Amino acid sequence: MEAASAGRPAGVAPVEAADAETMIEVKDLRKVYKMGGIEVEALKGVSFTITDGEMVAIMGPSGSGKSTLMNLLGCLDRPTSGTYRIDDQDVARLSDDQLAAIRNAKIGFVFQSYNLLARTSALENVELPLVYCGGNDRTNRALEALERVGLRERAKHHPNQLSGGEQQRVAIARALINRPSLILADEPTGNLDTKTSEEVMALFQGLTSHGITVVLVTHEPDIAAFTQRVLLIRDGELVADRPVTERRQAVTGGGS
Amino acid sequence: MNLWTNVGLALKALNSNKTRSFLTLLGIVIGIGAVISVMSIGKGAQAAITSQIEGIGTNLIFVRPGQAVQQGVRQGEGTAATLTLDDAEALADFQLAPAVQAVAPEVQSFGQVVFSNINTRARLLGVTPAYADVRGYTVAEGEFIDDQQVQGRSLVAVLGANIAQTLFPDMDPIGQSLRINQRPFRVVGVLERLGGTGFGTQDDTVVIPITTMLSRLQVSRTSQGARNVQLVNVQAADADLLPAAKEQISAILRERHRIDPGGVDDFNLTTQDDLVAARTQVANTLTVFLGAIAAVSLLVGGIGIMNIMLVSVAERTREIGIRKAVGAKRRHILSQFLVEAVVLSALGGCLGVALGWGLARGVSHITLSGQRLPSVVSPDIVVLAVGVSLAIGLFFGIYPASRASRLDPIEALRRE
Repeated sequence: MEAASAGRPAGVAPVEAADAETMIEVKDLRKVYKMGGIEVEALKGVSFTITDGEMVAIMGPSGSGKSTLMNLLGCLDRPTSGTYRIDDQDVARLSDDQLAAIRNAKIGFVFQSYNLLARTSALENVELPLVYCGGNDRTNRALEALERVGLRERAKHHPNQLSGGEQQRVAIARALINRPSLILADEPTGNLDTKTSEEVMALFQGLTSHGITVVLVTHEPDIAAFTQRVLLIRDGELVADRPVTERRQAVTGGGS
Repeated sequence: MNLWTNVGLALKALNSNKTRSFLTLLGIVIGIGAVISVMSIGKGAQAAITSQIEGIGTNLIFVRPGQAVQQGVRQGEGTAATLTLDDAEALADFQLAPAVQAVAPEVQSFGQVVFSNINTRARLLGVTPAYADVRGYTVAEGEFIDDQQVQGRSLVAVLGANIAQTLFPDMDPIGQSLRINQRPFRVVGVLERLGGTGFGTQDDTVVIPITTMLSRLQVSRTSQGARNVQLVNVQAADADLLPAAKEQISAILRERHRIDPGGVDDFNLTTQDDLVAARTQVANTLTVFLGAIAAVSLLVGGIGIMNIMLVSVAERTREIGIRKAVGAKRRHILSQFLVEAVVLSALGGCLGVALGWGLARGVSHITLSGQRLPSVVSPDIVVLAVGVSLAIGLFFGIYPASRASRLDPIEALRRE
């Protein structure tokens, strides 16, 4: 696996040596899909590192491979070649169940469409990751997580009784319940209005101050401006890796 | 993730689609209900047969004439006219047959019984006084026939309760004179009503001395001119003595019929146990056959469960994707859907037990041509049925559940 990184020059950004604070280390990550006998190279060797507590936006046009990258970062999929270390653990060759355990313990997902279970209360939705790691004291921990996103009093409500912003905050609470080191958010504000978007970004910024790494995919430069660093993907390659110069500080709107 | 969490999830999922869940349940309910009711009725029939056969007396051995051989072809049992009244008397010899307690030969036929303008058909039973003890006939009024009447070939009759009721609806039959096959008989007694079902149909019988039957109503003699009987009821002194009694009877009859050692018996010995075994085997075969048909409906119900579970997995693909994204392993998803299938079929099984039990109870209240169809719902049938329904859920749930567990989380999340 180490040998794989030697073959190809990395993207624009130089690959830093892994140190103790490295959260994500990606080296020459490639993903090839076979579609109807034709091989499509969705990622053509991407390398970068993200440190603990960093907030990074991944941007790029549709079909650029950023979804593929997110799936790989989220341990939902395995790369065709290259290495991916999360928290100093190489996950590129793990089995499905091992990946599931990593997702459960280290990663919290936030989706554009919230992906809450319907007909299930906010509280039970937040508890869900604990169900799969045999965590006890589920209810109290879930209530704490809801408190953190300002929705404790909405615990008994079902998703269809909550606004979009509230649903996304429930999803963030779910992502936080297992104290992950990484939050992966796929266009988390895509379905939200500006004010609600800013509230969600405020939550994320608050998380990074607690040492949680946040990686989010977005189309909107306004949203990317809340982060510290932008990775630009195009045609399966990392074409730009630049820090955010004028970083916006989201104002907490307070729980509604 | 424990079992009860899964059961809770399953109930929630089933509850969210009540009509569909109910219709799927119905397949199992009908299947289990059918199996339970068939088994219960079969078991009831078995119990009824046993009690009927045991009800005709205790420690009985039935001696019947053997098979006749006509032109080299062996005929059915009882076709030979080889058993005589003298044979029956010989069996009562305490010296030769110490294991035998009582001997009661019988001859049966049907006849027309007439009193004034009332006319009925009855089973005529020619017996000796010992018959009452051996077969447990008790007299309600008057007396049973006695030795003198047998010796004298008397024209006396003891009436079954139904016959007495039919012929003498509002008068005392004792001492009355009636005609059986044109001959005048005096009524000396009326039998106790036995009721219910039975071999004997004691209530529809007219009992007369066996000698009267043989000499005055029916002429059936062997080629040597001896008087034939159709059946000799032999009562062994004790249940343990049944094998000994059989041997002694066999020895006496072979001697009397001059059968060489190694020759084939021209008579047939059956004990009550043999009868019970033979009859219950028939009932068992029928039960198993009907049960197998009922089991087919269970199979269909199981396929229904598999079908609906596949639909459910397809509908909930996104849910599966979410669960996998937050860390559900294959076995978590597998057990979730498996438990759902098992809960569905187990619910069906429980309702099916209730239905089957109800059906069995209902059937036992129906009378068919004077016979009740008894049924026995025993706990082992219930346990079996619930076990089978669980197994069906497991078996037919495995395929949908394993499909769910193998879904790719990325694909699953993309699905709307």
